[in-house]
Amino acid sequence: MKLYCLSGHPTLPCNVLKFKSTTIMLDCGLDMTSTLNFLPLPLVQSPRLSNLPGWSLKDGNVFLDKELKECSGHVFVDSVPEFCLPETELIDLSTVDVILISNYHCMMALPYITEHTGFTGTVYATEPTVQIGRLLMEELVNFIERVPKAQSASVWKNKDVQRLLPSPLKDAVEVSTWRRCYSLQEVNSALSKIQLVGYSQKIELFGAVQVTPLSSGYALGSSNWIIQSHYEKVSYVSGSSLLTTHPQPMDQASLKNSDVLVLTGLTQIPTANPDGMVGEFFSSLALTVRNGGNVLVPCYPSGVIYDLLECLYQYIDSAGLSSIPFYFISPVANSSLEFSQIFAEWLCHNKQAKVYLPEPPFPHAELIQTNKLKHYPSIHGDFSNDFRQPCVVFTGHPSLRFGDVVHFMELWGKSSLNTVIFTEPDFSYLEALAPYQPLAMKCIYCPIDTRLNFIQVSKLLKEVQPLHVVCPEQYTQPPPAQAHRMDLMIDCQPPPMSYRRAEVLALPFKRRYEKIEIMPELADSLVPMEIKPGISLATVSAVLHTKDNKHVLQPPPRPAPPAGGKKRKRVNDDIPDCKVLKPLLSGSIPVEQFVQTLEKHGFSDIKVEDTSKGHIVLLQEAETLIQIEEDSTHIICDNDEMLRVRLRDLVLKFLQKF
Amino acid sequence: MDPECSRLLPALCAALADPGQPVADDTCLEKLLDWFKSVTEAGSSLQLLRDSPCLVELLLQVPQAPGLSPRVLAFALRLAGLLAAQEACFQFLQQGELLSGLFGEAGPLGGAAWMAPTVRSGWIQGLRSLAQHPRALPFLAELGALDTVVALQGDSSLFVASAAGQLLAHILGLALGGPAEGPPGPPACDWPASAQAVVGHLEEALSAATAPRATQALHVLTTTFGHCHRPWTQGLWARLSPLVARLLEKDPVPAAHPLVDLLLSVARSPALSSDRGWWEMAARALGSLRPAHAGPLALGLLTLQDCPQALSAQAFAVLLQPLACVLKAAAQAPAPPGWPAGPEGDAAAVATLLSSRSACVGLLCQTLAHLELLQPLPQRPAPWPQAPLLGAVLTVLRFCNGSAVPAPGSDLGGHLCAVLAGCARVQRAALGLLGALYEDAGPPELVTQVFAVLLDYLRSPDSSPTVLKKAFQAALQWLLSAPTPPGGCAPDPPAQPFLGELLPVLQRRLCSPCWEVRDSSLEFLTQLAGHWAGQAGFRHALLASEVPELAWQLLQDPESYVRASAVTAVGQLASRGLHATPAGPECPGGPQKGVLPELLGVLAADPEGFPRRAAMQVFARWLRDGHAEAADAERFVARVLQAAGRDLDWEVRAQGLELGRAFLERALGRPGPPCPDAAAAPEPAAPAAQALRAACRVGLPEFALRALFDCDRPVARAACALLLLLRDQAAPGLSLPEAGPAVAALEAALQRWRAGEQAQPPGPLEPEAVLAVLRSLDLEGLRGALAESSDHVERNPQSLLQDMLATAGLRGDNEADCY
Repeated sequence: MKLYCLSGHPTLPCNVLKFKSTTIMLDCGLDMTSTLNFLPLPLVQSPRLSNLPGWSLKDGNVFLDKELKECSGHVFVDSVPEFCLPETELIDLSTVDVILISNYHCMMALPYITEHTGFTGTVYATEPTVQIGRLLMEELVNFIERVPKAQSASVWKNKDVQRLLPSPLKDAVEVSTWRRCYSLQEVNSALSKIQLVGYSQKIELFGAVQVTPLSSGYALGSSNWIIQSHYEKVSYVSGSSLLTTHPQPMDQASLKNSDVLVLTGLTQIPTANPDGMVGEFFSSLALTVRNGGNVLVPCYPSGVIYDLLECLYQYIDSAGLSSIPFYFISPVANSSLEFSQIFAEWLCHNKQAKVYLPEPPFPHAELIQTNKLKHYPSIHGDFSNDFRQPCVVFTGHPSLRFGDVVHFMELWGKSSLNTVIFTEPDFSYLEALAPYQPLAMKCIYCPIDTRLNFIQVSKLLKEVQPLHVVCPEQYTQPPPAQAHRMDLMIDCQPPPMSYRRAEVLALPFKRRYEKIEIMPELADSLVPMEIKPGISLATVSAVLHTKDNKHVLQPPPRPAPPAGGKKRKRVNDDIPDCKVLKPLLSGSIPVEQFVQTLEKHGFSDIKVEDTSKGHIVLLQEAETLIQIEEDSTHIICDNDEMLRVRLRDLVLKFLQKF
Repeated sequence: MDPECSRLLPALCAALADPGQPVADDTCLEKLLDWFKSVTEAGSSLQLLRDSPCLVELLLQVPQAPGLSPRVLAFALRLAGLLAAQEACFQFLQQGELLSGLFGEAGPLGGAAWMAPTVRSGWIQGLRSLAQHPRALPFLAELGALDTVVALQGDSSLFVASAAGQLLAHILGLALGGPAEGPPGPPACDWPASAQAVVGHLEEALSAATAPRATQALHVLTTTFGHCHRPWTQGLWARLSPLVARLLEKDPVPAAHPLVDLLLSVARSPALSSDRGWWEMAARALGSLRPAHAGPLALGLLTLQDCPQALSAQAFAVLLQPLACVLKAAAQAPAPPGWPAGPEGDAAAVATLLSSRSACVGLLCQTLAHLELLQPLPQRPAPWPQAPLLGAVLTVLRFCNGSAVPAPGSDLGGHLCAVLAGCARVQRAALGLLGALYEDAGPPELVTQVFAVLLDYLRSPDSSPTVLKKAFQAALQWLLSAPTPPGGCAPDPPAQPFLGELLPVLQRRLCSPCWEVRDSSLEFLTQLAGHWAGQAGFRHALLASEVPELAWQLLQDPESYVRASAVTAVGQLASRGLHATPAGPECPGGPQKGVLPELLGVLAADPEGFPRRAAMQVFARWLRDGHAEAADAERFVARVLQAAGRDLDWEVRAQGLELGRAFLERALGRPGPPCPDAAAAPEPAAPAAQALRAACRVGLPEFALRALFDCDRPVARAACALLLLLRDQAAPGLSLPEAGPAVAALEAALQRWRAGEQAQPPGPLEPEAVLAVLRSLDLEGLRGALAESSDHVERNPQSLLQDMLATAGLRGDNEADCY
C-alpha cells in the first residue's frame, strides 16, 4: 500500500493511494498562493497599476522590465496570474482509477487532472460539492477572463533568471509547472466526469475496495472518505469541523477501527478561535460603519459567508446597522445564495427542521427580501446605480489579485475611514495587501477557520484509535512562528508518519487476509469435524474462480466418463487432476500411553527424553528414534520399512483422521 | 402552649400513630419538631408531658405500630430525644422503659424500618438531643448504642454517616465534660468508660489500614476539637496524636483531606495550639502531603495569628511552589529575589502534577485562589514577595494566552504551553489574583508589564466574556491604584499610556456581538468615568472617542441587562459632564435629545424591569448629588414620580420612594453629601410646612399614599416610613384639622386604593388634607403590621396543627372520590 503525495499544501491536498489493485486520487486541491506574486487585475483601468516602473537588475540590466514591475518595494509579475499545480511527474496520472473529492475547496485543480493527463476514470463527489465547486470554478474563470491580459510572462521562470530575482519570487517553487487558469469548457468537461454520491453510500471499485463518503461537518456536502476492503480500512479525513455551523455534523463513529488514517485539512490558524474572530469581525464592522466608513470583506462566494450573513442577521438591528446596505458581489452570488437554500438534506439538524415549517434554512433570504442584503454579478450594471455609502461589501477574490475586490481596494484604499476585514485564512493578508501599499484604509485580520484544531484532533484520534496516522509534515512540528507551542502539532502514539510534496510513502501496513466465497452446493458437501471445542475443520476440494477481484470456490467438475471422441478428451485435459488425498491428521500424542502401547506390542528397553520442542522416544533395541513434536512426528529407523510402518500405524492410532 | 394547640394535639397524635392515616410531609413534621423544641426550651418538658399525655401515648404506640411510615417513626425518635434532654423528663420516660423501647432492640433498631435512612437518622438525632446530661451515658451504655453508632459512621447515607460521627464527638464531649479552663483533667486511664470506649474506637480506626475508617475517626476528632476547647482535649490529643503522626508517615498519606481539616481544627483550638509537638507535626505534614492537600494546610497555617515564623515560612514556600515551577518553566533561572526557598523534593512533585492537564489546572487555580485570599490579611507573611508574585501571575497569564516562551529545554514549559493555552479557568483565577495584588503595586517595569498583559487580554478576541470581565476588574483596580501626581492632571506612567490604549479597546468591546461583553464594558466605563472624570487628559480622550456615543446607542440594545448598564453608564457620564454631545447630520444614530428625556423614556417605555430600575437609581443619585439635570428639583422629581407611579416592577416603585425621601430631606434642609462638581447648591433649610408644600407640588404624598397599600410589602414599608417622616416633620404638634371636602375625597381615594383599585386621586392634594389624612392613619400600627413577615399567620403552631390534621382528614374524602 503506497501513498503518492502530489501537493505540499496541508489544506489543499492531492494524494494518490494505491490499495489492492486500485489507484485512488484523494482530492485535487489547487494552490492559488502563487497568484500573490502577480499584479492585480483591475476591472477599471488603474493609472497607478498601469504606470508602475519596470524592474531592473542591480547592474541596470532591464531585460525583465516588461515582465516584472516594482510596486512599493515589492516586485510583481505583470502577467495573467498562474497557479501551482499538483505534481504530475511522480506517477502516471492516466493510471488513476478514481478521484474522491472531499469538499469544494479541494477540487479546484480537477480540470488540469482530468483534461490534460489522459485520465479516464471516474470522479466521486457529493452534489453540493459539485454545484458549489462549479460556482467557485466559474467565478475564478470569470474573474480572470474578463480582464484579458495581452502578455504572458515566461522569461522570469528561467531557472538562471529566477536566481537573480528578489524574494519571494526567488524562492517560489516549481515555477516552470505553473499554469494559467483553465477555461469554462474544460471546467464543464471535468465536471461531467463526476458521479454524485450521498453520505454513507457504498461504492464498489472493481470489486476490490469499497469507498464511502461520510459527513465531515466543514462545508455543504463536505466529506471524509472510508476506503476499505474486507480486512483493511483506510480513512481519509480532509477538512472536518466539530463546530456547530450550517453543515451536517461530522460523522466520527464510522472512522473507528481504521488501519491507516490520512489526516489533512486542519485549521490554518490554530491559535484563533472562530467565535472570538466572529466577535472581532462584527465589532470592527460596526465601528467602521458608525464612523461613516465602508467595510470590504474579501471572501469566497460560499462557505463562511453563509454563517457571517446569519450572524449579521441577528446582529444588524442591535448594532444599529439596519440602515446600512450590505452588498454581495460575485458572478455566482445569486446561485450561491439560492443553492444554499435547496440543499436541506446536507444541512445541520436545526436548518433541516426549518424546511418543514416551511421556512428557508438560512436567514439571508429575509435579508434579501427586506433589501438589507443585495447581490450583484459585478460592479458594472445595476450595482453602480444602487451603490450607496457607507456600506459593507462582500466580494472576491480573497487573494486581492482578481475579481471585483481589486476595484474596491483601489477605490477605498486611500481613506482611513474604510476598513478591509480578512476572514478567509488561505492567503497571508500582508502579502495580499502588498501591491496596494501605501494603504490608508484600516486592515483587520479575523481569519475564521472552522476546521479541526489540534485539541480536537487529539480527542478525535483518542476516540477513533487508528493504528497509524499519516499527515503532512507541517502537522508534526509546531508552526515556525510559534516554535515553543508544542500543543500546536499532532500528538499521538505511534507518532504520525509525515509526507511532503513529491514523496512516496510505503504505508506501514501489510495485507494478510483475503475473502473467498464458497458456493452453497460445495458448502453443503462439507463435513466439518470438531477438533477442539469451537473449532471444526473440513477438507475442501474445489476450483478457485477469480473474477473482478472476487474469489469463489466452486465444486470441482465431475470426472467425465472415460473414452469418447478426441474432442471430448481434449476438454477433459482442462479438468484438474483430482487425486485421492491422504487423510489429514490432528491431535496430540500422549507420550506415556504411547510408550505403554509400544511395550504392549513387544518393544522393550524404551527410553523417553524431553526436548525443548517435545519428546524423543528411543527404542534402543531396535535402534530407532521417534521424535514427537507439536506439529510433526518423525520415525528414524535404519532401512527397516516394516518396522517404520508398524511404528507409524501405532502413532496413527493416537491421531484423528479426516 | 396555648389552649387551642392543647385541644388539637391529641387528635394529631392519634392521627400520627395510626398507620392508616396519610402522613403529613416532612416539612410539617420538621416544623412540629421546631415548635416542640421552642416549647421545651421555654419550659419544663415534664410539665408538657403531664399536660399532654397524648404525647407519651404516641411514643408508646410508635414502636408497636406495624406499618408506620418511616417519617413518623423518625419524628417520634427525635421527639423522644428532645423531651428526654431534660433530666427530669428523661427519668419520667425511662420509668416506663419508654426510651429503651424506642431506642433499644425492641424499637426500630432491630426491625425492617431500620432499612429506611430517615429512621436511622432520626435514631441518631434523637440520641444526640437526649445526650445532654450525665444520666444519658449509662443509658447509652445499657443500650449498647455506641457500637451501632460506630457502625453507622460507614452508613450508605451520607447524612446518617455524618450525624453518627457528630454523635460520637458529642458523646465524647459529654463524657469528658469538665471546667472550661484549668488543668488537662484526669489522665486518660481514669476517663469514664464511655469515653474510653469512644477513644478505643477512634484508636482502632486510626490504626486501620483502610482510608475510609481513618477518615471517619478524623472527622470525629475534627468535630471534637472544633467545638470543644476544654482542657481535656489536651489529654485526648496527647493520646491520639502519635496515631495521627503515623498516618503522615505513609506514602501516599491516607485520608489526606480530612487529615488537613483535623490539623487545622487543632491549630485553631486555644487549648491545643500551644502544643509544641503539634507544630512539628504540621511541619511534617507540609512535607509529606501531596501539593493538592498541602496547599489548603499551608493557607490554613498562614491565616493563624500565632504561627511560628519557621513554620509560616515553610507553609508559604509550599503554597508558592506551583508558581515557582511556572516561573522556572519560563525562565530556567533560580528563584527570583525575594521568593521563599522551597524544598527541592516538593518542586519535583509539583512538576509531575503540572504535567497532567486536570491536575495542573486544579492546582494552579487553587494556588492562585489561596494567594488571593491571603493577600489582604494582616497576618500574611512579611516581607510579602510582591514583585516575584506579580512576575509569576503575569507568567501564568502569558502561558494562558500563548505568549509565554518556555525556557529552552524545559519539558514542563512545553507542557504548560499545551495545558494552559486558552484555559479560561486559570485565566480567571490569575486575573483575580492580579486584581488583588494592586494594593502593593511593585517596581515600575513590572507595573508596565501588568498593564501590557491586561491590555493583551482586553484586546484578544479569544478572551471569553467571563475572562474579560475579570480583566476589566483587574484593570480598574490597577488604574485606581496608579498614583496621581498632586494637582490631579494625569496619572503617572504607565497608567497614562494604558488609559490611552484602553479607549479604542473599549470602543470595540462596546460593539461586541456578545451581550455579556457589552455589559461588562459598560460597567467598566461607569466605574472608570466615576474615578477619572476629574482628570483633564482622560476627559479629553474620552470625549474625543466614540465611547460616550456608543454608550448612548446601547440604550437601545436588545438585551435588557445591557440597556440597564447603558442607563447607569450614561447617567454616570452625564453627571460628570462626559455624555455624548448632540449628533450632527453626519451621525444620524447619535443623541438627538437630552439625557433626562431619554432616561425618562426608558423609565416609561422599557419593557424590562432592569433598565427602569437602573434609571431610577440614576435619578436618585442625580438628586442626591445635585446634578444639573436635577437642578429644578421639583420639576425633576414630579416628572420621575409620575413615570414611576404606575410601574409594574416593585423595585422601581420602591426606588421612587427613595427618590421621594431624598427630595424631602433636601427640602427639609438635610441633603446628603454633595458631589464635588455639583451643579446646584443645596437649597437652604426651609420650614417643614414649606417642605410639605413642595412635596405636595411634586405629588409625593399621593405617590406614597398609594404605595402604602402596595401589594409588595417592601414598597408599603418604605411608603410607611416616608409618610411617618413627613408627618413627624411637617406637623409634630398640630392638632387634627377639621375634615373638609378635600380630606373626605382623599379618604375615599384611600379606601379605593386599599381595596386594590387603580383609582385616580381627586386632583392635586392640598397640604392640609394630606396632614389630616396622615394624622388619621394609624401609621405606627401599619408599620408594625408590615414588619411582620408575610407568613406570620401561617407560621403559628395552631395553623400548623390544623393543617396537619386537615391532611390526615383527607383520607376519607379521597376514598370517597375513588368510588
